[in-house]
Amino acid sequence: MIQPAKPELVTVNIDGKEIAVPKGTNVIEAARMVNVDVPHYCYHPKLAVVGNCRMCLIEMGMPAVDPATKAPVIDPATGKQKINWIPRPQIGCGTNVSPGLHVKTTSPMVKDAREGVMEFLLINHPLDCPICDQAGECKLQEQATGYGRGYSRFVEQKNVKPKRTQLGPRVTLDDERCVLCSRCIRFSRDIAGKDVLGFVDRGSYSTLTCHPDKKLDHNYSLNTVDICPVGALTSTDFRFKMRVWFLKQTNTIDTESSVGVNTVAWSREGVLYRITPRQNDEVNDTWMADSGRVLYKQVAAADRLKSSDTVNILVTKAAEFFKSGSVAVVGSGRSSVEEQFLTKKLAAALKVSVSLVSRTAPGDKLLISADRNPNIRGALVTGLISELPSAQLTGLAADIDAGKVKTVVSVGEDLAAAGLTAAQLAKVSIVYLGTHANATSAAAKVVIPTLTVFEKAGTFVNQQFRIQKFAKAVPGLAGAYDDLVVLSKLTVAAGGASAADEINALWTAIAAEVPALSAMLYKNIPETGLLLDGTAWAGLPFAEGETLHYKPAATI
Amino acid sequence: MSAPAQKRIIFQHIDEPGYTDDLACYLKHGGYEVMKRAFARPPQELIDEVKKSGLRGRGGAGFPCGVKWGLVDRKSGKPIYLIVNADESEPGTFKDRYIMYQDPHQLIEGTIISCFANNVKQAYIYIRGEMAEGAIILEKAIAEARAAHFVGPNILGSNYSCEIFVHRGAGAYICGEETGLIESLEGKRANPRIKPPYFPAVLGLYQCPTIVNNVETLCHVKYIVDVGGEAFTKIGTPNNTGTRIFCVSGHVQRPGYYEFPAGTITMGQLLYDVCGGPLPGRIFKAVIPGGSSAKVMRFGERYKGKRKVGADMVDYDWGVEDVPMDFDSLAMVGTMGGSGGVIVMDDTVNMVEALANINAFYSHESCGQCTPCREGSLWMKKISTRMVHGDARPGDAALLKSVADQIPGRTICAFGEACSWPTQSFYLKFKDEFDGYSDAKKTLPADRRVLV
Repeated sequence: MIQPAKPELVTVNIDGKEIAVPKGTNVIEAARMVNVDVPHYCYHPKLAVVGNCRMCLIEMGMPAVDPATKAPVIDPATGKQKINWIPRPQIGCGTNVSPGLHVKTTSPMVKDAREGVMEFLLINHPLDCPICDQAGECKLQEQATGYGRGYSRFVEQKNVKPKRTQLGPRVTLDDERCVLCSRCIRFSRDIAGKDVLGFVDRGSYSTLTCHPDKKLDHNYSLNTVDICPVGALTSTDFRFKMRVWFLKQTNTIDTESSVGVNTVAWSREGVLYRITPRQNDEVNDTWMADSGRVLYKQVAAADRLKSSDTVNILVTKAAEFFKSGSVAVVGSGRSSVEEQFLTKKLAAALKVSVSLVSRTAPGDKLLISADRNPNIRGALVTGLISELPSAQLTGLAADIDAGKVKTVVSVGEDLAAAGLTAAQLAKVSIVYLGTHANATSAAAKVVIPTLTVFEKAGTFVNQQFRIQKFAKAVPGLAGAYDDLVVLSKLTVAAGGASAADEINALWTAIAAEVPALSAMLYKNIPETGLLLDGTAWAGLPFAEGETLHYKPAATI
Repeated sequence: MSAPAQKRIIFQHIDEPGYTDDLACYLKHGGYEVMKRAFARPPQELIDEVKKSGLRGRGGAGFPCGVKWGLVDRKSGKPIYLIVNADESEPGTFKDRYIMYQDPHQLIEGTIISCFANNVKQAYIYIRGEMAEGAIILEKAIAEARAAHFVGPNILGSNYSCEIFVHRGAGAYICGEETGLIESLEGKRANPRIKPPYFPAVLGLYQCPTIVNNVETLCHVKYIVDVGGEAFTKIGTPNNTGTRIFCVSGHVQRPGYYEFPAGTITMGQLLYDVCGGPLPGRIFKAVIPGGSSAKVMRFGERYKGKRKVGADMVDYDWGVEDVPMDFDSLAMVGTMGGSGGVIVMDDTVNMVEALANINAFYSHESCGQCTPCREGSLWMKKISTRMVHGDARPGDAALLKSVADQIPGRTICAFGEACSWPTQSFYLKFKDEFDGYSDAKKTLPADRRVLV
């Protein structure tokens, strides 16, 4: 595994605690390392520093040196080097650490500055909290409690601004709640590359809006909702659906493409309500595409496959078709590493090789790559395949036409979409493992309903060869069965050895049998993933172009 | 003691009968001769002259011009820009306007000399948006100067080329803040930048080293190069060299602009001897000495302390009338020389109402970028407006002061100080009037002139 280079360290003193932090760190981040909270609104670790909210004002000082001799000036009272405190509070976000920097975050000056800024932020902020969607994850609420005075001296009329502007198809803006931190503007302009947002009017009447004839409609628009520290920008999809404190957070992975964006699925009582990005500085920073946020809707989709038969009955039915021989297995780049491992077992039991289907489309150079399968590299790592798949199952089609194949087991792949004709589908017996109805499930002799990514646990290997795990967010649909259980049972029915069908137990076998994953267990994989050595496959013509934190091998 | 005579250097030809804004008239009065001589000297020598002169910026802050030039990053390899800050917007200030309207070539000559000294190839005159006519005058003057090879390629037949562009301001007070001005010139909202890291001398216009100088300052540069830095220090007092232009407005007999050697005239001499004293039957009540953001002075109050005269420390005990009109003396008594806008108020003025007016201005002009100024300025306006138009509560004055105290020193730019100092100083100096306003309001004459 690859270790990052050791950065140059600078020692600073924060509230009396000495800490060595990498050069170039700002004071907010340095304070975070010693568990000192410096409240802020406009600062975001992944955005340009503008220093406009003034919430992170803190006291700073530098060790005194004699201007002529450069010798340290010693304070006779303490016997230590004297600190020249700057008489005005300074912003933590815009100040990078320098050797010997001293910081006070609890002094009367800092307390007074925070109380002042907090009061100013609240005077024109509506008292919407009881009906505001941000309640529970609102920085204004939290920091008013933490650093505010607790009472209001404001008796004037509050400013009136637009309450429900549709900035784009997915984002609704309440301008009265906006604290003008400009995070959304900077994100849209600098990260998404779409300069669509800006302020109009001046002073306290400043109003966030789209530029004339522009809309906040790019595929990353909902990140502005995530980074909005208050309830100004809300997701049109999520707003008023559920209080966030009722929601359970489960770490999961975006399956849109091989980028493997780290996400959180928010659910309550088995129902998913939203997906938000999860910070991974090596993969997606703190961002994700809007298109990945609606994937939770597939869980409760009307066309979900389910069966009234038990899994054993379904497996027995499927096994009937194995008896005649001439079976082909179609695996999937959407399956998890564990499923691909078991797919390989199944194919081995049936003594056949496995085809996969490639799925490509132009990447967006940010967080959606050209390879729209989340786990093609997982199939390489587990040895399910050794070459990259093609988009069409031409080999299988030829075998069907030639009568060499009589039964096709498809693990979640729509064979019609992969180029098989209706006649070819009719010519063979299909055992289909899948989540949603399609042409293949309609033509299948046996349909074994399985689970979506939100209903099971597993791992994907992304384009960087980073193995990342996802956890089960909601219980599986009644009448659908865990893929691992199904594949394990099918393998036994096909005459193979019994394999574990529980993920932790299965990993013991995976670690033992897959060289690249040896000395690794599911439970030990960090939430931000582990980088595998992908050099063995470096020569393959992968489809991905450059995206955030990823450069294709050819361009390195 | 009667006032010393005016010494008009910058305003030499302002309001002179027969003096016009065209090149011919300027040349007739010795125009561009200083520039010709300057071009014969090495640029560093010109910078040294300015440093030697002790010239302090005339935009308001009084920062030494030579030091500012010395801070410019000349090793970056990037072009150096010079911006003429002609966004004169501080209420009570009207000096740059006259230079540009009546003597534009003086500014152009000063600008080109400064550009030559600093190896600047491109200069911008950022003129206040409201001064539409001034922009036309400057455009015409630059065109004339260009035709005469005073501006543009190969100035005076030398290898040195420098263009001057006139850029009309975006119509906001904050466009005069140097980094706000730079943002505005780049075509964005005039939101001032954070310093560090965006010091104009290093990361200014288009992230290149940039010099931002006031119109009057650049005219002084021309004069300094003419007479020499040494001779310039002979005018005025040490550390307050050269002349200062005072723009006197308000309740005096003869408001207007007056140019005096800095520090040689006191407030009393200026207001009584030069401006003719208060209007008949009135007495002076208060004066703001350096543009509306400077802290107010109350007639009748005394300023005591020690000050340096030569090498000695001497006691001083001044009334408002005794304060010398220079940067250091005014700073010593707790206010500032600022832009030279002297605003005089007599006993007919209610200080709460005067402050309401100032607060209305600053709340309207806050860019809205950073919280304390954005919210504080409007809150102060709302309080003072309510006091004047609606219900003044007994606690309002103290609240006003407390709000003002939460702003200065915590904002991105000096606007935080500009908008809070009036409230702080008005309350400090006229506490009685503020605290009693809720009662006084009931007895104000019904037919008095009301605030808009």
